[in-house]
Amino acid sequence: MVTNLVQGALFTVMVVRAGMLRDPSFEHELARQIERSPRFFRNAPVVLDLKGQGEFARAEEFAAARQLLRQYTLSLVGVQNGSPAQIDAASAAELASFAPTAAQPSRAPPEAAAPAAQPARLVTQPVRSGTQIYARGTDLIVTAAVSPGAELIADGNIHVYGALRGRALAGASGDVGARIFCSRLEAELVSIAGRYLVSDQLPAEERGFPVQIALVDDRLTITRN
Amino acid sequence: MAKVVVVTSGKGGVGKTTTSAAFAAGLALRGHKTVVIDFDVGLRNLDLIMGCERRVVFDFINVINGDANLNQALIKDKRNDNLFIFPTSQTRDKDALKRDGVERVLEELKKTFDYIICDSPAGIEHGAITALYFADSAIIVTNPEVSSVRDSDRIIGILSSRSRRAERNEPPVDIHLLLTRYDADRVAKGEMLAIDDVKEILSIPILGVIPESESVLRASNTGTPVVFDTESPAGRAYTDAVARFLGEQREMRFVTPERRGFFRLLFGRA
Repeated sequence: MVTNLVQGALFTVMVVRAGMLRDPSFEHELARQIERSPRFFRNAPVVLDLKGQGEFARAEEFAAARQLLRQYTLSLVGVQNGSPAQIDAASAAELASFAPTAAQPSRAPPEAAAPAAQPARLVTQPVRSGTQIYARGTDLIVTAAVSPGAELIADGNIHVYGALRGRALAGASGDVGARIFCSRLEAELVSIAGRYLVSDQLPAEERGFPVQIALVDDRLTITRN
Repeated sequence: MAKVVVVTSGKGGVGKTTTSAAFAAGLALRGHKTVVIDFDVGLRNLDLIMGCERRVVFDFINVINGDANLNQALIKDKRNDNLFIFPTSQTRDKDALKRDGVERVLEELKKTFDYIICDSPAGIEHGAITALYFADSAIIVTNPEVSSVRDSDRIIGILSSRSRRAERNEPPVDIHLLLTRYDADRVAKGEMLAIDDVKEILSIPILGVIPESESVLRASNTGTPVVFDTESPAGRAYTDAVARFLGEQREMRFVTPERRGFFRLLFGRA
């Protein structure tokens, strides 16, 4: 099999609108840009965009453009969006014809792919005083008691199938929809997305009962399960 | 196979040294060769409670540093051939406890002893951590009182995560609760936490309940582990606890309020 003599490749090339060459401030601006990053611009290839620039039609003009850009260390290599006559003229000036490209508006960085759903973190042993557990990016489920002085933190929801006697901080990264569930409310502090209530502020009639804590209208509300 | 048992609590003053002394003596009385080591460097008390403070020449830190060997430091108890005491330094502090030195000493002790009781200092810093690091079993000494229970919970958490067994993913340390200074009358009056309350909070099996007893003060003053006082309720409760530790069944005594006879009422409690 004969291997290909010519291979395809992709290049990023600067595009200069032909009209800018006639703008008196263009050279001044260009000089300033190059001064800032000379190496970037040295011998950099440039394509002249002829869209709406019917007056560029003769080979001499293209050659002059090339000279001009050469003064700023830029290398004019081709044109795009030209009419057939313009392309012929450019070709005579030894410039290539590039396929038209849509203008690329500066793009916002691609959104980070939504993190893959993490399984909830499960803790089956009593959470002792002084222990801190952080369920990053997910829910936290505890199937034993949580001692006073222990801290449960989760970006998602917190479920305690036991007595919650320590602190529970759900929605730790700001998720206001996170909730706290427990079989026995005796918590020292509960918090969702940064709003919190200490033990003293919890409704007395809910102490010791199975409850659900949610953020409603920016206030922590406790409802019996 | 020798067993390393740490007696710890987190909280200070709850009865660790009293328990270490009583347990070590109790195991020795049951025929097991036992050594009790004082890990409370700088604040040593075990030698006083064991009654051997006038015979201390070399100590745990000397042996760790290689300035003396085990035989020069170990003190044989005069009351029982199976019982040995390993006192610690009073002039140094807990920074002198080097983990590799402690490991070396424990490995050597394991060759000749059945039980190695480590009397831990209070707290959760270097001294307490070193005392619990090599443990196979742990006795958590707790008073039926809120701060003691909270601190015991903390030390249990530390045992479960920072012992050598935890670090190496080996079978976990065998943790037991020993409730000390229990006063059944005050519990009945609602002044003191009951056994079930403590059990519910700490969720570990109860090894024993030692009643509040004047005999404990007498025992420390005379340097006699309370378990040798066979009349004392505390002594008897410790004997029961040792039996349970060795796998025997014993009913829990001294946990209900005494029914006072007339004379008791007149003359106060024993």
